[in-house]
Amino acid sequence: MSAVTAEPAVFGTEIVEHRIIEQRSFKLPIILTVVSVLLVVMLLLAPRAGYAVFRLAAETDYVSIPDVRVRGLLVAWICVGAAALLLPLAWHRAVTYRKLWPWAIALFALLALTAFLAWAGAGANGFWNVTALIVNAIAVAVPLVFGALGGVIGERSGVVNIAIEAQLLMAAFTGTVTASITNNPWAGLVAALAAGALVAALLGLLAITYKVDQIIVGVVLNVLVIGMTTFLWRAWLQPNSDVLNRVDGIQFDSVGIPGLNRIPIIGPALFNQNIIVYIMFIAVVAVWFGLYRTRWGLRTRAVGEHPKAADTVGIKVNRTRWVAVLLAGAVVGIGGASYTLMAGRVTGFDQEMTSGYGFIALAAVIFGKWNPVRAAFAGLLFGFAINLRIALPALNPGGPAIPPQFLLMVPYVVTLLAVAGLIGRSRAPAAVGSAYSVE
Amino acid sequence: MSDALTPTPPVEPPPPTEQDGVADELAEASAFDEALNLGAAEPEVTPEAEEDNRWREAAREILSGRLAVAFGAVILAFLVGSLLIVFTNSNVQAAMGGDGNFFSAAGSAIIDAYDALIRGSIWNWQGRNFNAQILPLTRTLRHATPLIAAGLGVAVTFKAGLFNIGGRGQMIFGAIGSGWLAFGLRDAGIPFPLHLLICIIGGMLAGALWGALAGFLKAKTGAHEVIVTIMLNFVAYHLLQYLLATPGLMQDPARFDPITPPIPGSARLPALYSDLNWGFVISLLLVAACWWLLNRSTAGFAFRAVGENPRAAKVAGINVARTTVIVFAVSGALIGFAGAHQVLDPASPGGFGDTIDGGIGFDAITVALLGGSSPVGVLFAGILFGAFRAGGVPMQAQVGVPAEIATIIQILIVMFIAAPPLVRAIFRLPQPSQAAKAKKDARKTQKTITKAARLTAKNNEEVVSE
Repeated sequence: MSAVTAEPAVFGTEIVEHRIIEQRSFKLPIILTVVSVLLVVMLLLAPRAGYAVFRLAAETDYVSIPDVRVRGLLVAWICVGAAALLLPLAWHRAVTYRKLWPWAIALFALLALTAFLAWAGAGANGFWNVTALIVNAIAVAVPLVFGALGGVIGERSGVVNIAIEAQLLMAAFTGTVTASITNNPWAGLVAALAAGALVAALLGLLAITYKVDQIIVGVVLNVLVIGMTTFLWRAWLQPNSDVLNRVDGIQFDSVGIPGLNRIPIIGPALFNQNIIVYIMFIAVVAVWFGLYRTRWGLRTRAVGEHPKAADTVGIKVNRTRWVAVLLAGAVVGIGGASYTLMAGRVTGFDQEMTSGYGFIALAAVIFGKWNPVRAAFAGLLFGFAINLRIALPALNPGGPAIPPQFLLMVPYVVTLLAVAGLIGRSRAPAAVGSAYSVE
Repeated sequence: MSDALTPTPPVEPPPPTEQDGVADELAEASAFDEALNLGAAEPEVTPEAEEDNRWREAAREILSGRLAVAFGAVILAFLVGSLLIVFTNSNVQAAMGGDGNFFSAAGSAIIDAYDALIRGSIWNWQGRNFNAQILPLTRTLRHATPLIAAGLGVAVTFKAGLFNIGGRGQMIFGAIGSGWLAFGLRDAGIPFPLHLLICIIGGMLAGALWGALAGFLKAKTGAHEVIVTIMLNFVAYHLLQYLLATPGLMQDPARFDPITPPIPGSARLPALYSDLNWGFVISLLLVAACWWLLNRSTAGFAFRAVGENPRAAKVAGINVARTTVIVFAVSGALIGFAGAHQVLDPASPGGFGDTIDGGIGFDAITVALLGGSSPVGVLFAGILFGAFRAGGVPMQAQVGVPAEIATIIQILIVMFIAAPPLVRAIFRLPQPSQAAKAKKDARKTQKTITKAARLTAKNNEEVVSE
């Protein structure tokens, strides 16, 4: 995995060569091989005849690209074949103690995905709207990415947060009600942020100040917030939904960035988005910068890895954790606001409307190895899988190519494989989950 | 009953070679205890002052103890619940707008709600006859049955220092196992008690399998069991949805919605009284079995040893990895019974859908926490939560207070109990003194040493008899 070389050290007069420690990791080639084999088996066992249609262009693009109409199975086989060509490369790199280049992994993923889409779309009544696939995946992923970012901040400071679900739900509730009353989405966003931080404050009070087991606090907060929001929804929101639980007039609209939003595919996906999505892009970069490039980030990570050492050099452990937990709660709160305040969301607040997304965000934290950028990408990947579950039956009304329930399992299975060490190694911050007290 | 099953501790003293060391330790421990006793009291005090001191000490111990905290937690939880009831009540809102007396409106709102809660869960004094009056209690015990079983499952993992948040997944597997056996063997002509037994055992085995998978992943790969069990919950849930939506697997062929065929009568738990079925008796047996397992069996000793200190357990020759898998399998089996009960309960006719777990998998965690992870504690916590479940719905129907108020009160109780310093701070109860804590620890140490001495003696006896 790693090759450590160093300058030859000089002891006395003789020159001692440092030992070079090298590790070979075959995990990646094994996974790529398994994926290839699975695809081949899928194509052999369930061949689908007919044409698959990909629509790459939107009406607003600079150039109009005609729909691509291809024989689904043929394209699938070609993509699998091309992906398989990368396998010897992956094995060769592993055997010679080197890492596979990221571009090769990305190319493999793209080919495998195209193969899957071509196979699933073969003979369908509808077509794959590639732009819509990406745009909708991002829309689904917004709470996941914010949740994952908050999770990363909290866990990096040493506080496990399995109450992301509670923070999302509380923020969605508060954001909707505030925006409905004030008739202003910005007020709703601020209120959602505060609501996320409020749940975080409870987490901090119990887990940091009173040193209750962090997992227990998380479980309790989830149940408490589900109960509380459902109670208030029934007692207040349902009888007065036209005043307290509106949808129209309180949502952020999509804002196109002139010039960039008409680039095919990535234009609509990246530059014609909702304000909350832009905030998400900024937040990913900001959290990464904060954690890895600032003094605050260094201290936060130190407190999560080795609180005693951090304490010894004068960092106030519990105060640092408090700040991190509150900030994380606010970040998750923005994700909660996205449930109702984004244009395109059709319902107001509903009971348990976050439906377990907080736990998928937790999965993204782990699959992303506690790194904000990786976690955000994990959130997008999970969003894509979840969105396929909606897109796939729409494509084939006669019966989807793959049971949609299995697509919904993807985030959880992938995370299980990740924590079990089958896909890379997910190592949590060392001190995560334990309260700190000076003895 | 358990005494009959347990090997009685030896009456005669252990062989001299071992005894000396242990006796020394015992003497040391009691000396330590005595020293602390002396240390706690002020030196050179008059008898009256000593008496006074002792009373104060006793009062302090009671007020800082677990019971006071539990009492405070319940009061706080009901206080918050009352506030929620008051401020969402339409009469109270009208009173706040100057239309009537605020306090009388608030008072009657609270009294109406809790009155409905009690009538829905314990005793309905408005009932026409005894059966109607006792019906709520049987409903409470019926709701308590799966909570007790699942709570025991979570408690077992707590005792082993593990955290099972996978109650939902294990319940779903229990339901899948027992449900499939129930309607799958409908036409096989298996008579009533046998078919029921097969279904219960099948459900428990399926739950144990799903639990053991979590234990296996924890033991073999070091993955954190909390993450693993959360993920397995969702995998199980989507698997159930798939099975229910696929004709030929678990979907009722006669229907289009995701629901199983009806559960045949030969696999139903027989009614005990009114809404209550024999499942409650089984859950009582499970409480006894768990008590025996944890407190009197070798396997239970291994569980607790791993929970106290896995490294020491390993040194003592306990296979920690295997114990982890077994703990999760036992836990999964107990939670699997909860799933089987929901499927085979005669009070819920027809087949079942994807909401079969009904939040019991998560409530089980809070039941185990409230019950202090002891089987008897879990029994009472399960009955309390069963009462909340039974009383919540009629309360919503009769006085319009959403049933979630019960969820909120019960989770607040757990939250406050989990944070004793918080409750003490709110009620200004004394925090437990250092001396009292040390005394308690010393007593605990002595108890452990006594137990170890007994075990050593037992082992020696076995060696001698062989």
